[in-house]
Amino acid sequence: MSKKKVKKLIDEKDIRHDGRKLDELRPTKIEVGVLSNADGSAYVEQGKNKILAAVYGPREVHPKHLALPDQTLIRCRYHMAPFSVQERKSPAPSRREKELSKVIREAFEPSVFTEYYPRTSIDIFIEVLQADGGTRCASITAASLALADAGIPLRDLISACAAGKVEGRLVLDLNDVEDKEGEADLPLAYMSNLNAITLLQMDGMLTNEEFEKAINLAVEGCKQIYQLQKVALRAKYVEVKEAIKEEAEEQ
Amino acid sequence: MTSPVVTRVKQKRIAQLISLGKRFDERGLTDYREAQVETGVIEKAEGSARVRLGKTEVLVGVKIEIGEPFSDVPNEGVLTVNAELAPLASPTFEPGPPDENSIELARVVDRGIRESKAIDMEKLCVVPGKKVFIVFIDVYVLNYHGNLIDASALAALAALLNTKVFNYEFKEGEVQIKRGYKSLPIRNHPIAVTFAKINDKLLVDPLLEEEQVMEARLTVTIEKDEKICALQKGGTGYFTIQQILEAAKIAQQKAAELRKLVVKK
Repeated sequence: MSKKKVKKLIDEKDIRHDGRKLDELRPTKIEVGVLSNADGSAYVEQGKNKILAAVYGPREVHPKHLALPDQTLIRCRYHMAPFSVQERKSPAPSRREKELSKVIREAFEPSVFTEYYPRTSIDIFIEVLQADGGTRCASITAASLALADAGIPLRDLISACAAGKVEGRLVLDLNDVEDKEGEADLPLAYMSNLNAITLLQMDGMLTNEEFEKAINLAVEGCKQIYQLQKVALRAKYVEVKEAIKEEAEEQ
Repeated sequence: MTSPVVTRVKQKRIAQLISLGKRFDERGLTDYREAQVETGVIEKAEGSARVRLGKTEVLVGVKIEIGEPFSDVPNEGVLTVNAELAPLASPTFEPGPPDENSIELARVVDRGIRESKAIDMEKLCVVPGKKVFIVFIDVYVLNYHGNLIDASALAALAALLNTKVFNYEFKEGEVQIKRGYKSLPIRNHPIAVTFAKINDKLLVDPLLEEEQVMEARLTVTIEKDEKICALQKGGTGYFTIQQILEAAKIAQQKAAELRKLVVKK
């Protein structure tokens, strides 16, 4: 590492380089029902992350031989736009994107009542329009709302957030610099009402004690995101209700 | 990947046994199958190892080449991990480009080695920004009978410890290979320990049949000082916080046992 990078990411007062406290989320904006063609959709901004998720289904499976006789087939594509990062990313799916598509899909399986829709598919499409660390978590937050918006029965919403270790301290919701310069990154997806962790990955080094703290910190982050998700989901239906009311008044 | 068929009767039996704390092949919940490690099995590779974990068999070859470093780390060597689920290893493996299972396998093995800083990458630099050693780890699955991750990670570590790098000299802008070899600078020993969750119970080293029944999977990679250096959850189920913390503790014990098989003191 070059000497220039010695600029500290956390100061003496435990304030991070972007002004956040150690256990503070980035400013997060969530909108539900943003695309008209999709059965369900959501848009999440978390710091500089800009993520769009859409759900199509339950619908007929193509190719047909993939259909499951006793449950719906959940498919997921996590994809980053070529302009979403500093150096242009090739639009072809990378190995990283394929792995993330898999773990994100597996994160959603426990939340969906898959047995309700045999022989169909539910397709989740995630486009990262701008990436600044923690995109898999923000993608899950968005896609879970898109599933709910599509009217698919869910056991709970899934919220996701990372914790990690930067300059020896445990922090919540790492951004790109913190992820790259830090010592550990632990993304986690969680169903708040069921105490169920549906995605868990980690890279870096943590002792047992730090690990336990990091998990609990990430879960606390997820619970905060869960509240934001509920507000965003309700807001859409308030809008729908008002639109109906206006229409009725006009007639 | 479509899974090999396990009859419902067998699935039920496996799940029943596990709720009694027993297993299909009479192991305890936290016992590994017998593991065998052989190294230096492929003479043309700079390093190699074959690991047998019960009936699961994995071969890892390490090749070393000279190449260009990444521009963000000009004075470090390059590590590449690839996994092949060879069609001879299972009726469900098909030829073709790597699918998501083989990509995940390779990336989990990669993460353990990379995050524990097992290879001293700075020692693999020949000319900063121009020439470095590239370490190719190729995981070759020969027989699939469950728990590919642990077998592959163990074989990769054994192969790295067995790897020799050719001596070289740098003359007139070219790297010239000289006689003799040095061992690869290895300074950490990551061990992957994989858990399956069946009937809300955790068990290690799942068999093929157990993998078909499991609700979820968790791999915890432990480095030599017992720190956790990588995690990967898989499968369609979930874990509770308590289960994850329990898994981390068991993984530390199991990693120490497995490490003895490849790291000779």
